[in-house]
Amino acid sequence: MLTQAEANVENGPDTGNGVIISTRDVNVYYGDNHALQGVSLDINKHQVTSLIGPSGCGKSTYLRCLNRMNDTVDSCRVTGEILLDGVDIYGPSVDEVLLRARVGMVFQKPNPFPKSIYDNVAYGPRIHGLADNKDDLDEMVLTSLEKAGLIKEVQDRLHSSGTGLSGGQQQRLCIARALAVRPDIILMDEPCSALDPIATAKVEELIDELKENYTIIIVTHSMQQAARISQRTAFFHLGEIVETGDTEKLFTSPSDKRTQGYITGRFG
Amino acid sequence: MNSGHIVKSFDEELEEVRNTIVEMGGLAETQLEAAVRSLTERNTELALKTIEGDKAVDELELAIDNMSIRLLALRNPVADDLRLVISALKIASLLERVADYAANISKRVIALNTAPTIAPISSIPRMGEMVRRMIDDTLKAYTNGDSDLAYDVWKRDQDVDQLYNSMFRELLTFMMEDPRSITSCTHLIFMAKNIERIGDHMTNIAEIIIYQVTGEMPKEPRPKGDKTSVTMIDNETP
Repeated sequence: MLTQAEANVENGPDTGNGVIISTRDVNVYYGDNHALQGVSLDINKHQVTSLIGPSGCGKSTYLRCLNRMNDTVDSCRVTGEILLDGVDIYGPSVDEVLLRARVGMVFQKPNPFPKSIYDNVAYGPRIHGLADNKDDLDEMVLTSLEKAGLIKEVQDRLHSSGTGLSGGQQQRLCIARALAVRPDIILMDEPCSALDPIATAKVEELIDELKENYTIIIVTHSMQQAARISQRTAFFHLGEIVETGDTEKLFTSPSDKRTQGYITGRFG
Repeated sequence: MNSGHIVKSFDEELEEVRNTIVEMGGLAETQLEAAVRSLTERNTELALKTIEGDKAVDELELAIDNMSIRLLALRNPVADDLRLVISALKIASLLERVADYAANISKRVIALNTAPTIAPISSIPRMGEMVRRMIDDTLKAYTNGDSDLAYDVWKRDQDVDQLYNSMFRELLTFMMEDPRSITSCTHLIFMAKNIERIGDHMTNIAEIIIYQVTGEMPKEPRPKGDKTSVTMIDNETP
């Protein structure tokens, strides 16, 4: 009899929460460079999935496929199937601007706009026309700042510049900005690598709370972070997925020697 | 182990834990062998030396505890490294008990040596040798990461239990035949029980080794053969 964890490793994710993103045989080319090779991975709804692997392994490339950020790179070509709730996001009827509202992104370096805290968060709802009036917009901004765990720290200075905040606060402001357009999925590309341990802990706590309502996919170089915050982990190496499984299983007894080598710090 | 860690001092620390476990296991094996020999030779001096030798095993357990705690705190081991450290903690505690049982046998040898004669004891050295070989193979399995050998040891405990069962009955019969032998036979039963427990501990350690190497515990239920808890001997039986 297989344990549940083993069954997951063999048969794909636990579908208890349902699969929100399903990717099949995804290949990405940057010109002649075959950066991602036949990646198939299912992402469970309302869970945190972490993508780990050495630099250049394709994990960020994979992440950027999920909201078509790779479209902005001229030489980039994506093949394979990426289904969001069963709809091919590379299909002809998909509006990538709306897609990116639904699949938000937070980057490694906090990148608030050089605008006020309020305007940073209001930016998305404004361009997408989500608010009917000023009160509606105020509500959206405050709710997003609250969900991002930032409201207490900034409520007295909503109209000061977002760039004046500390690094950790800026990163949570970027998360609030992503939340304001009511996404289902939030992609995070090493969101804590520029933050100190306290700010990191706050973002990790936030991620843990956000998973109640959002699906989060995070690229991280910190194995401990992946272990702390994610329910599932995928290990990428040389443009392929080597192993996907429950985080607990992957960090206690990985199935593949390469995963073991990487997470234990033996990779030569 | 496959290739080493990028941080070499991490490898050295893990190696030190492994070596200390093997050293501790070797000592525990020697203690058992000496305890049984002190019985067959009726050698009080050797028994005293064996009791004294228990301290060295205790010290090694402490050393392994300290090394493991340090590794957990400073290296954050995961996967097979984590399994190695957790296994070391558990194995060290079991080996410490093994040495305690050996010391207890020696204490009983000293008591028995004050009696003029004792019941025939050929089964105890046989059990002792069986279990000593289990320790030896367990350590080999540990050193070589050999889960097949560990599995072999795991299954062997049943033979020890069977020998213990027959010895238990034999000694009960002796006591019924000659009540003057009750004191010495009781000591002998406890000695046999100690050896049987050491066999159980080797089964435990074998399981830990299987887990450490494969990441999984043995799937089948542990073979159990000690029936003495439910053994009764009819008074009428000669």
